[in-house]
Amino acid sequence: MSGWSALDRFLRTDPKDVGCAEAMRVLHIYADLVAAGEPAERRYPGLAAHLRSCGPCREDFDGLLAAIHGDGD
Amino acid sequence: MEPPAASAARTDAETAEWVRVLAGAGPERDAALVRLHAMLVRIARAEVARRGPRLRISGPELDDLAYQAAADALLAITGKIGQFRGESRFTTWACKFVIFVVPSKCGRHFWRRPAVSLDAEDWDRLPGRFGFEPAAEAEWRDLLAALRRAVDTELTPRQRQVFVAIVLNEVPLDALVIELSSSRNAIYKMLFDARRKLRAALTTSGHLGHDLPRRT
Repeated sequence: MSGWSALDRFLRTDPKDVGCAEAMRVLHIYADLVAAGEPAERRYPGLAAHLRSCGPCREDFDGLLAAIHGDGD
Repeated sequence: MEPPAASAARTDAETAEWVRVLAGAGPERDAALVRLHAMLVRIARAEVARRGPRLRISGPELDDLAYQAAADALLAITGKIGQFRGESRFTTWACKFVIFVVPSKCGRHFWRRPAVSLDAEDWDRLPGRFGFEPAAEAEWRDLLAALRRAVDTELTPRQRQVFVAIVLNEVPLDALVIELSSSRNAIYKMLFDARRKLRAALTTSGHLGHDLPRRT
């Protein structure tokens, strides 16, 4: 049932989650690591956990990654 | 494709050049600011276009928003260039500023929509928000009734307000930040604590299992 799993996913919290302030502080470093194919999630597990739960920060990350791939000049 | 080592070396040289020129003065710096502004406008345009459809922003407003975001970002970057620590490419660090400004601009735009109210509580929207099928209501009615009870009894007034705004009324988190004069971090933390409390309550009441949701 998609409703049950969607609600369960939404309510689950990860204690490793660093929150938005820390995520925003290091997002450029994380994005460069991801773009370079480096193990970003291993170096920043708390940020990776945060990006799985926080829609706005995830959206910022996606936008930053798109910018890196499309406009690095 | 360029070998990674060559690319990294070129990137470091580019970063060093950006920092050197922007920390200086005169025509060389002015030219760099023009290039940086052009890059920020391109990124901002792409970003508002990506987010625009969900926020119902289109046409000239998108472009206005992009230019405002690029101008704000440029101001922030030139003011903080001394804080750049070289932990990423300069352009990635600079892009971060414009990427962060765009949601704040979009959040302000959200409240121009007349239909949005923080006080409304339409609990009938809850099943649809999580994809519960109306035809199977008998299976999820108890779960959502328990969730609503937990929202009423377990959350602080502020956590409840944030939960209702984001989950029931679909107010974007960045728009709520503006309305409540708060920060993204504070609102996220409030929702994080609310989620933790609600899951604990539903687990205690037997509506959700420890590992998998289960049907009652």
